[in-house]
Amino acid sequence: MTAEVIRLEHVTRRLQGEVPVTLVDDASLRIDGGECVAISGPSGSGKSSLLYLMGLLDLPTAGRVWLRGADTAGYGEAERSGARLRMIGFVFQSHFLLPEFSACENVMLPMRRLGIHDETTIRARACALLGGLGLEDQCDKRPRQLSGGQSQRVAIARALANDPMLVLADEPTGNLDSVASRNVQRTVLALAHEQGRAVAVVTHDADFAAQADRRIHIVDGRIQP
Amino acid sequence: MIRLLVDIAARHLLARRRQSIVSLLGVVLGVSFFLSISAMMRGSELDIIRRLVDNAPHITIEDDYRNPTLQPVAQSFPEAAIELHHVVPQTETRGIRGYPQILDYLRRTPGLQASAVLSGQALASFAGKDRAIGLNGIVASEYARVSTIRRYMVRGSLDELEVNPSGIVIGDELARLMSLSMGNNLNVASTAGQLRTFKIIGLFHTGRSDIDAGQAFVALKRVQSLLNRPNRINTIVIKLADPDAARAEAARIEQRVRYKTVSWQERSEDLMSALAIRSVIMYAVVGAVLLVAAFGIYNVISTVVLEKQRDIAILRAMGFEARDIERMFLAQGALIGAIGNVFGVGLGCGLMAGLMRIHFRVPGSTDVNYLVIDWSAFQFALAAGVAMLAAMTAAYLPARRAAKVEPVDVLRGGT
Repeated sequence: MTAEVIRLEHVTRRLQGEVPVTLVDDASLRIDGGECVAISGPSGSGKSSLLYLMGLLDLPTAGRVWLRGADTAGYGEAERSGARLRMIGFVFQSHFLLPEFSACENVMLPMRRLGIHDETTIRARACALLGGLGLEDQCDKRPRQLSGGQSQRVAIARALANDPMLVLADEPTGNLDSVASRNVQRTVLALAHEQGRAVAVVTHDADFAAQADRRIHIVDGRIQP
Repeated sequence: MIRLLVDIAARHLLARRRQSIVSLLGVVLGVSFFLSISAMMRGSELDIIRRLVDNAPHITIEDDYRNPTLQPVAQSFPEAAIELHHVVPQTETRGIRGYPQILDYLRRTPGLQASAVLSGQALASFAGKDRAIGLNGIVASEYARVSTIRRYMVRGSLDELEVNPSGIVIGDELARLMSLSMGNNLNVASTAGQLRTFKIIGLFHTGRSDIDAGQAFVALKRVQSLLNRPNRINTIVIKLADPDAARAEAARIEQRVRYKTVSWQERSEDLMSALAIRSVIMYAVVGAVLLVAAFGIYNVISTVVLEKQRDIAILRAMGFEARDIERMFLAQGALIGAIGNVFGVGLGCGLMAGLMRIHFRVPGSTDVNYLVIDWSAFQFALAAGVAMLAAMTAAYLPARRAAKVEPVDVLRGGT
C-alpha cells in the first residue's frame, strides 16, 4: 500500500424536501493508492451517492472529503472540476461515450480539456490506452460500432486519460455478459494492483467484490461495520 | 479549449443535420433579407439626402422674419390687450435690405459660398401659348458656385446670361410644352405689369418635371426691372463646404442678419422624420425575419440540450465546468450564426445586385430611376451583427439551462 488518496470523515448527504432523504449517513472511509475497495449493498442503499461524493460531483451536507491530503470543503465549482479532471476518473454502468466521437476521440476529450493541444501526442496516448485494453483495432470506430464490453473498456480508457490517482467505477460490469464482465473486472483490478491507483468500485457481483482488497457494505446509507 | 467546445458543438449540430439545416436556412434568409432591404432603404435615404444637399441650397436667407416685428406699443406693453385703429401699413418694396453688405459678410466666412437671387412669378407667352413660370434673377457666375444647375445644362450655357442680359435659360420640358427652341424669343409678363422679351440661350434638364417645366433663369438686373424691385433681392442662397454644419451655421447667420435663415435640415424636417419612421418600420420588419430565425436556433439547441443530458453529465464528471457547458451551447448558436452569415451575405449580395437592375419611373420625374443600393461596409456589419446577436441570444437560454444540469441527478436516473 502507498499513500492515502481519498478520505471521507463522517460524511453525510441529505436531500432536503418535504420528506428529507438521507443518501449517505456518517460515512468514514479511506482508500490508499494501489488499493481496490468494493462497495456493495442493496439497491438504493447509497452506494452511487457515496461514489459521487468521493468524486466531488456532489457536496456533503456534513463531514469532510480529503483528496490527496487536501480538504475539499473549501473548493469552488472550478476547483472541484479541476480536481476531477486531473485526479479522478469515472466509469459508469452505461459507458456514456459521446456518440458523435470515435473511440479514440472519446479518450482524447479529457486530455484536450486539460489543455494538451498537440493532436499527435494525445492521439498516440489515447491509442496506447486503448491498445492496453485490447482495443487497438477499434480506435476509429464510433461507439455504436462497438460491443458493450468494448464500449466499457473505451470508457475505462477515457477515465484513465489524464492518469488519475483515483478511479471510481459505478457497477462497470452491470450491463455486460460474463466474458466481457470478466475482462472489465481484470482491467479494473489491474488499475489498482498493477498501476497503483486507488480504486473504488460499486458492484453487485460477489465474485468481483471478492477479488477486491477490501469490501464495504452499505445499508440505508450507513457503512456497515 | 475553445476549439474543443466548438468541435463538440459542431458534432452536435451535424448529428441533427436536418434540424440544423432548417435553422441555418432561417439565418441565411434572415441575413440576406435584412442586408438587401436595409441596403436598399438606406441607399434610397442617402440618395434623397444627397439630392437635397446637392440640388438645393444648404442655407437660404429669406426676405422675412422668423418673428414678425410688433407695433411699438405692443412692445412697450407685452402683457396688455391692445387695439389700434386706423393703422396704415407701410408701403415698401419687399426684399432683403442692404444685401450687398450681407453678401460681403457671408463671403468673408470661410467654407461658404453665397449668391443673391430675386425670384418671382411671371407669365411666359409664345406662339399663342401661355404658361406660368418661376423667374429667378441671378448673377450667373455667382449662382453657379452655389447651385448644380450648370451640371444639368443640355443646350447653351448659363454663363451667357452675363454677356447677354436679354437671354433666358429654361427647362427642356417647358421648351417642349411651349414648342420653344434655342434662339426663340419668349415674352415674359410680370405680376407688376412689366413685359419683356427674352431670347432663349440655354436649356437645362434636372429630371424633376416641376423644375424643368416651371423655372427659368434670367440676369438679376433684368428681373429686378421686370418685377419693379430695383436693387432688391428676396433670397440669398448659400452653399457650405460641410453641409452637415448647415443648421448651426444658419442659426449663426440669422442671429447676425436677422432675416429668416433656413438650413436644408430645417426645410426638410418633415421628410427627414418620414425617413426616420420609414427606417424604424423597415428594421422592425426585417428584424422580425431574424427573430423567426432565432426561434429556429432556440428550437434546435433546446432539443440538443434535452437530448444531451447524459453527455452533459459525463462531461461534467470528466472535469468540464458548468461554464464550459454553457460556452459549448453558445458555440452552437455562434456556429449557426456565423455560417448563416456567410451564406446570407452571399445571397444578400445577389439580391442587392438584382435590385440594382430594377428600373422604374417615379411620379414627378421625367427620367428612368434605378434603386440605389448602399454597399457600405456598415450595412454588412449591421446585418451580420444583428444576425449574430439573434443567434447568440437564441442560444443563451438553452445554454444557461444546460449549464444548470446537475450531473448527479442525470447519473442517478441514467444508471
